[in-house]
Amino acid sequence: MLGSLDLSFFRWEVIGPFVAKGMWFSVWLTIIATLGGIALGTVLALMRLSGKTLLELPAAAYVNTMRSVPLVMVLLWFFLLIPFFIGRPIGPENSAVITFVAFEAAYFSEIVRAGIQSIPRGQVNAGYAMGMTYGQNMRLVILPQAFRNMLPVFLTQTIILFQDTSLVYAINASDLLKGLETAGKNYGRPVEAYLLAAIVYFIICWGLSFMVKRLQARIAIIR
Amino acid sequence: MAWNWQVFCQETTTNEHVPGCLAGFAKGGDQTYLNWIITAWGWTLSVALSALVVALVAGLVVGTARTLTNNPVISRLATAWVELFRNIPLLVQIFLWYFVLPGIFLPLREIPSVVLVVLALGLFTSARIAEQVRAGIQSLPRGQRYAGLAMGFSTAQTYRYVLLPMALRIIIPPLTSESMNIIKNSSVAFAVSIAELTFFSRQSGEETGAPIEMYLAATVLYAISAFVINRIMTFIERRTRVPGFVASAGGGGH
Repeated sequence: MLGSLDLSFFRWEVIGPFVAKGMWFSVWLTIIATLGGIALGTVLALMRLSGKTLLELPAAAYVNTMRSVPLVMVLLWFFLLIPFFIGRPIGPENSAVITFVAFEAAYFSEIVRAGIQSIPRGQVNAGYAMGMTYGQNMRLVILPQAFRNMLPVFLTQTIILFQDTSLVYAINASDLLKGLETAGKNYGRPVEAYLLAAIVYFIICWGLSFMVKRLQARIAIIR
Repeated sequence: MAWNWQVFCQETTTNEHVPGCLAGFAKGGDQTYLNWIITAWGWTLSVALSALVVALVAGLVVGTARTLTNNPVISRLATAWVELFRNIPLLVQIFLWYFVLPGIFLPLREIPSVVLVVLALGLFTSARIAEQVRAGIQSLPRGQRYAGLAMGFSTAQTYRYVLLPMALRIIIPPLTSESMNIIKNSSVAFAVSIAELTFFSRQSGEETGAPIEMYLAATVLYAISAFVINRIMTFIERRTRVPGFVASAGGGGH
């Protein structure tokens, strides 16, 4: 009825080298995709809120397309198309980084857009009444408040992003999950390897979401 | 670059052209890539929709349980459920159901793999739906619960007749996006060789040497599926709206 687990698999000497390399890539991918996604996402959000059709339409089309396709398909698309356009293969890891920045930008742009729209109208008008230009108003009045409001949502999205990095499995990039899977195959203990993967992801994501909750209570702007 | 849509009329093992691309659905006919992608779409939809049923049922129960303030044991168990299924990546959860649980509980090996994937996807989504249900119930004024109890309703009756009918209507918009997410998330089932659209794209793209056509067709089918779900949910939202309660769309502002 019950199978048995081989606990001797859970030793750093056995799995360490596999985990360290994969973990490093997963974390690095998460950080680059978050920073790149927020930067590109802010540009997309400002384009959509600019009121100029020429800027609005392409940004809206980009965001809606990215949001209606599964991440796994986007990974496969980029892995196929990037070498086609630049003329040489760039490897699954680099391909994953580009895909994640491009994909997460769409999601971050929606967060930024909601954040900017949540700033009371009076703040915007006050900025203009002070004689500020559109750019000054954005930079000095709206975005600082918007980003403060958005910080918890950004962090929550980053936790989801960290979970999603496991999907680079589809293009055989070597992340944390792949590293553990390889260790499991090498030692003939796949069950223990997948179980350990679940535990590691759970501890990281649960710990981070606990911290986000604490942070959220501290930085909320009380109006 | 030239398109090669004829590739869909090829037989899947010999790559020979089959006149009348849909021959595979007739008895003894040759299986073409067109047959295959339609079957794959069917798998995507059946996995996603069955998982949605699992997710709605479990999410409703767990989300409701989290709001039972006078029963801390049950509400803590429900919170643990949400934290567990929300903090492990979906792909890892699918591996848990597919490799780890049958490795520990041997009788699970008898269960077909597609059922395990439906359970994995369904329970993963149930945590997110539970959060929506909880938020919906907690967004109601506290007086509604007290009013129900003051009328002499039991807790169960208060939920059945007072709280849930309102809460479930309020959360239809977030449920719509979860239903669209579940179609997209079903793509992860490729990892355990369920023959759905993503599995099809990877496999057929390699076999035919025409991956762009295959990816494009699969991507379009994903988008259509999500769009149809969106329309159905909007229809349900319109039909179940409580007159005069939810602020009409487009109103508000400053």
